[in-house]
Amino acid sequence: MAFAEHLTSPAFKENAKGALADPQLQSALHGVETGVVDRRRATVEKLPEFQALRDSARDIKNHTLAHLDLYLEQFEQKCTAAGGNVHYAVTAEEARALVLDICRKANAKLVTKGKSMVGEEIAINDFLEQNGIAPIETDLGEYLVQIRHELPSHIIMPAIHLTKEQIEADFRRVHTHLPADRNLEEHQTLLTEARTVLRERFLAADVGITGANFLVAETGTSIIVTNEGNGDLTQTLPRVHIVLASIEKVVPTLEDMSQLLRVLARSATAQEMSVYTTLSTGPRRPGDPDGPNEYHVIILDNGRTAMLGGQFREMLRCIRCGACMNHCPVYAAVGGHTYGWVYPGPMGAVLTPSIVGIENAGHLPNASTFCGRCEEVCPVKIPLPKLMRYWREREFEKNLQPATIRNGLAFWAWFAQRPRLYRIATSLAMFGMGLAGKFFGRFRWLPLAGSWTRHRDFPAPHVQTFQAQWKRGVRTR
Amino acid sequence: MSSRETLYGSIRASLGVTGGEPARRAAVAERLKAHPRGVIPARGQLAPRECVTLFAKMVEAANGSAELLANAADVPTAVAALLRRHNLPMQIRRGNDARLATLPWDNARTLEVSTGASDGGQLASISHAFAGVAETGTLIMTSGPDNPTTLNFLPDTHIIVVDAKDIAGDYETVWQRLREKFGTDALPRNINMITGPSRSADIAQILILGAHGPRRLHVLVVGQP
Repeated sequence: MAFAEHLTSPAFKENAKGALADPQLQSALHGVETGVVDRRRATVEKLPEFQALRDSARDIKNHTLAHLDLYLEQFEQKCTAAGGNVHYAVTAEEARALVLDICRKANAKLVTKGKSMVGEEIAINDFLEQNGIAPIETDLGEYLVQIRHELPSHIIMPAIHLTKEQIEADFRRVHTHLPADRNLEEHQTLLTEARTVLRERFLAADVGITGANFLVAETGTSIIVTNEGNGDLTQTLPRVHIVLASIEKVVPTLEDMSQLLRVLARSATAQEMSVYTTLSTGPRRPGDPDGPNEYHVIILDNGRTAMLGGQFREMLRCIRCGACMNHCPVYAAVGGHTYGWVYPGPMGAVLTPSIVGIENAGHLPNASTFCGRCEEVCPVKIPLPKLMRYWREREFEKNLQPATIRNGLAFWAWFAQRPRLYRIATSLAMFGMGLAGKFFGRFRWLPLAGSWTRHRDFPAPHVQTFQAQWKRGVRTR
Repeated sequence: MSSRETLYGSIRASLGVTGGEPARRAAVAERLKAHPRGVIPARGQLAPRECVTLFAKMVEAANGSAELLANAADVPTAVAALLRRHNLPMQIRRGNDARLATLPWDNARTLEVSTGASDGGQLASISHAFAGVAETGTLIMTSGPDNPTTLNFLPDTHIIVVDAKDIAGDYETVWQRLREKFGTDALPRNINMITGPSRSADIAQILILGAHGPRRLHVLVVGQP
């Protein structure tokens, strides 16, 4: 598969080791767990209807998925009636070929891009470059990862792994037409430089490619949500606008879109509403002074119709807010690149194996503590831990795990099915560890658990097991 | 088989349907026709006057600024005052919107008013909103010769005029007005929902205004609700 060159998910463990030992990355990640999480909570608390809106959002997505063929047909009909062109792609290869064909017909040399996760998924930038067309990312975070030849490390904050100093160094390396002695110390000066450099590209581009947060079937409309205004310029200034959307982006009506918008920005960036939500219906109309002459929507499957029929259908409710990764202790420790492909964190742990195969991404659903925070904050209530568990089961069934894990699990199954033996053995272990840990209350080191205790102490257990306490009638903590 | 047929075939196989089931078709037709509103936050469900107050408050919460004007005729002098306050050139770009074209621009004598879309060379623009939404301080803009889309994004300072009577409590009320005005067969090419000025936090998570769009958004609420 074409994306294999970027796929490092099989090396999750090595990636994680590198990430944990990288001081710049650790410093950049520090703000995720604290800042983003607190801000989201504060914003959510300001809206008493938030939990009811999550239920509503979930129900809208479930209804749409159950009638997906009909809503897509409706979208196609309305979009076409408004002068748009709807294309379908079963695979990433087909989607890339469609994009290239449209670009060639438009005689395009320069393509600007709004942020699109589907664009990342089909690796459209590499493909266009190989075919002599220059793609320029315009979302600041996407631009930063593009000039570093990296994948985004977060689905809405693509450059969250970078420090200001790294960004300054990259700008000096890439913007060689600017004076070498310019001052780039402030965040503001860095932003101004990016704005100036990208403004020229916006005005010069032949084709603009964006993603879609939603497609509205009722009106044949595509919707993008941005804070910078980059996606909006990307689709307004060039002669041709191409929308990359996967099948599950469709929603029935403008009202349904509004329900989802109310949970999207709050979950993603802790804003009441993103700065720009732009609804596009067809190309430039007679008399319009601006806007593209051509409007194309490419609707991609790439493994999703298979998810629709199986255990992973609920994952297709995802609206790509990134709240699950913001609240994930594993993500906060290792960052997005460790996951080794386009979609990191809990949502990636479910989605990536669906697209690239569990044999390539088996570590991802295992890289979870199952703490459940992702499910608690998910605006469309996707049971992410349950879906990760399904992948673990499939991995086991397919015999994909190493022998140590398989043997360990087999022993555990044998042990856990013998209650008497289990009780005796655990009581003995508790008693022994309780005695040994009595003095300090915790262990700095334990046999067979060295890599665990290297990063934190292991608490000494109660002298009795839970089952023994329960039997004695202990019912309080 | 075309990709279209393959894709629809896969969806239907996964759902275990043929696509011809009358009950499914009826459910879809019904939802499209009724477009149920779902959960509407109580926050914006206010009397018209309070709605305007909440709207202005939410614009400011989103780093914009808002000013209430008793009459549309006050707009030109308010524009001139804003430009002067920020030490900007006395130039503004607008579209053909009749509500802007008929304003007494001569009242602001030093102000130079040009018309048309933006090519990136203008520092300030003025547009007329289709509506405002109090719930989040959001402005709803419709594209076309009256209010070119580029005026919303390219100039550094964007001034938006909205009639107080067009401020609704929620988005859904505005969608209904859009359907009444344009029908569902031809929404305007672009509908821009704008909540505050452009921003980015992509550089080390520090929020800075003015990423690619305007770094200043000023809203003039005109008249009585």
